[in-house]
Amino acid sequence: MIWSGLFERWSKRRSCAIRAGVITVGLLGGMALTGAYAQVSQPLFPSARGEQCVEPVDVMRRDHFEFLKHQRDKTVHEGIRTPRHSLAGCIDCHADKDAQGRFVPVNAKGQFCQSCHVYAAVKIDCFSCHAARPSERVSQSP
Amino acid sequence: MVMDMKDSSPASARRTFFTQASAGVALLALAPGVRLVDLALARVQDEPASATQRWGLLVDVDRCVSGCDACVSACNTEHGLDGNERPQTDAQWIRKVDLVDNNTEHQLSLPVMCQHCEEPPCVDVCPTGASFRRADGIVLVDKHTCIGCRYCMMACPYQARSFIHEDLSGQKTHAPRGKGTVESCTLCVHRVDRDESPACVEACTDAGHEALVFGDINDRNDPLATQLAETTTRELRADLKLNTAVRYRGL
Amino acid sequence: MKIAYFQSVSSSRGYWLISAIAGVITLAGLIGADHMESAGHWVTGMSNQVVWGVPHVFAIFLIVAASGALNTASIASVFGRDDYKPLARLSALLAIALLLGGLAVLVLDLGRPDRLIVAMTHYNFKSIFAWNIFLYIGFMFIVGIYLWMMFEPRMNRFSARVGTVAFIWRLVLTTGTGSIFGFLVAREAFDSAVMAPLFIVMSLSFGTALTLLIGMLIFWINGAAIDPALLRKLRRLLGFFVLGVAYLVAVDHLTRLYVTGHHQLERFILLDGGIYTFLFWGVQILLGTVVPAVLLLLPRFYQHGYLITAALLVVVGALAQMYVLIIGGQVFPLELFPGYSVTSTFYDGVIAHYTPSLAELALGMGGMGLAVLITLIGVRILPFVPVQMAGENQD
Repeated sequence: MIWSGLFERWSKRRSCAIRAGVITVGLLGGMALTGAYAQVSQPLFPSARGEQCVEPVDVMRRDHFEFLKHQRDKTVHEGIRTPRHSLAGCIDCHADKDAQGRFVPVNAKGQFCQSCHVYAAVKIDCFSCHAARPSERVSQSP
Repeated sequence: MVMDMKDSSPASARRTFFTQASAGVALLALAPGVRLVDLALARVQDEPASATQRWGLLVDVDRCVSGCDACVSACNTEHGLDGNERPQTDAQWIRKVDLVDNNTEHQLSLPVMCQHCEEPPCVDVCPTGASFRRADGIVLVDKHTCIGCRYCMMACPYQARSFIHEDLSGQKTHAPRGKGTVESCTLCVHRVDRDESPACVEACTDAGHEALVFGDINDRNDPLATQLAETTTRELRADLKLNTAVRYRGL
Repeated sequence: MKIAYFQSVSSSRGYWLISAIAGVITLAGLIGADHMESAGHWVTGMSNQVVWGVPHVFAIFLIVAASGALNTASIASVFGRDDYKPLARLSALLAIALLLGGLAVLVLDLGRPDRLIVAMTHYNFKSIFAWNIFLYIGFMFIVGIYLWMMFEPRMNRFSARVGTVAFIWRLVLTTGTGSIFGFLVAREAFDSAVMAPLFIVMSLSFGTALTLLIGMLIFWINGAAIDPALLRKLRRLLGFFVLGVAYLVAVDHLTRLYVTGHHQLERFILLDGGIYTFLFWGVQILLGTVVPAVLLLLPRFYQHGYLITAALLVVVGALAQMYVLIIGGQVFPLELFPGYSVTSTFYDGVIAHYTPSLAELALGMGGMGLAVLITLIGVRILPFVPVQMAGENQD
């Protein structure tokens, strides 16, 4: 009894739903045609120190979060601290220096992590806990 | 400083381990009378922590000086525990406790921190398993999994845990910590993994009191283990039978 | 055997007014939660010594009441008392609504509420908290199915069986909630086996009180009255549940009083704990137990006004009881060094301070508001409320 009543109300609203659907498709198509999607700029960030990354660039782009996630479990739970996939290792190479020679936080605007993540619209949580600048022993080397 | 990536491959790590191990064995051959079994070699950093070691701490209450807080300051500096002048919500990983005997009026002073129990109540109650005990006995919080429910803080008999009540910045690289998670003394696990002793122990030694001794309880030749075997020590809240790694002498 | 007919609540000024009030209270709760989460918990009264505060007082109250709210339906389905059937559907809806309200408060108070998915996918099965997550979610499913059995005429014959499952699940769930405290060896005020049965009787008391209050509210909005005979039975039940809670509270304190080691704690709660002593004797015992028991059980008070007053007092007493238990149990210092007076920078050896903040109160009340809002939405879209039956004013 309840379900038939609901169904009647749904059929009356179906025409509304069709109208709404057409408008949405029209809007999206219009946006695509006018190139509204193309207006987000590509990520741009200062280049890192060192000759190459620990993994090839395309591997890093796809899988860096997997490396970090497995490394963090190994480090925290087992105490395995190899530098290859460590977050601190990334920061040591990818942190940039400002005009005064001080390190800029790696998640600041226009810096390494933030520019790609804004482009991809993926929020990262690392730096609410992790230091965004290299540790002191790194800062002191040239 | 450029990281030389070639040295980190698994093959070279094994090479390093075998070199170190052979050197250790060779040393054994040169020193007769030394026990051949289980010399606590430095754990290579890409091998997991194991239960052959159990890290512990001995607090000598008679040597601890009232009014001295070298251990507390060292811990705060080491981990970036700056505080916000809000003592009720600021994190404290180690604290000095001053005692006065109700009957004899005898006074003592001693530090209290996470006791790194063998059967930690905080590990039992954590809903996500973020609070855990590492194989070598150090009790830690995996802050990636901590949801900040604070149940472990209710469960700890030593009130050893702190909750981070505000946004933080400028954390130390070796001590990540952030709002909304729970933390406590890590026995300076980042230093222990590098074969150093905790900051509080070093500070107490540097201050000349030597009230804190750190070492491997499982290794009978370790100075800590020797002292535990030869002198009278006890746990806090021994009635709970948690088998803590931190022991007190003179209490 | 009477057949009960049900209807959904029709739109009326009263309905929209109460919904608006519940909506505003819920919104205030969300604002409070947002403030707590964005600024961090330092803006609340909670600290490293008192880690669970007013939000938990409300949350545990709602969760315990949710379990008990199902009791009316259980009496109908499991114990075969047809005279309770008219309220069975509403009772099940209330159980779900109250549980959702309580869980919302708990989740929003977490240090990392964004990690709810982590909480639902990583389990430490030695933790009673982890078990409770399963029990709460399972409870909602089972009560959902129970409601389906009650609504769909072809499934009515299964409602007794599903009702029995829900009844047993409810007992396990409330035991689990009580054990959250009962399993804490560290805290003198909690470490007790009596916590589990205490919570079960508390659930019966709080749940029945809220069923009566919210039920009467909905009937009033709808311009109808609950069958007086049923009302009389429920009020007597509530009276006995209130006495049951008092019995277990007495056992808990008397046992602790017998043990010399616990004398300081008992002295604190019962004698010189300031606000906690006042809340215990003045609110929990006097206003929340003695007065309601008299109003509910003595025939000279068998009127609507006294019933509503008594039920409200039970709720107030319940909140005071939760406050004394959860917060009083935390402010009392842990005893690490028996025989010594202790001072430190981490508040060892002293009674901790706790002053609830506005954000916490808002969040706690927001949970109640959410529960009422869910109930109001439910009774409008589906027929939960019984139609007034003619000629049923016999006892």
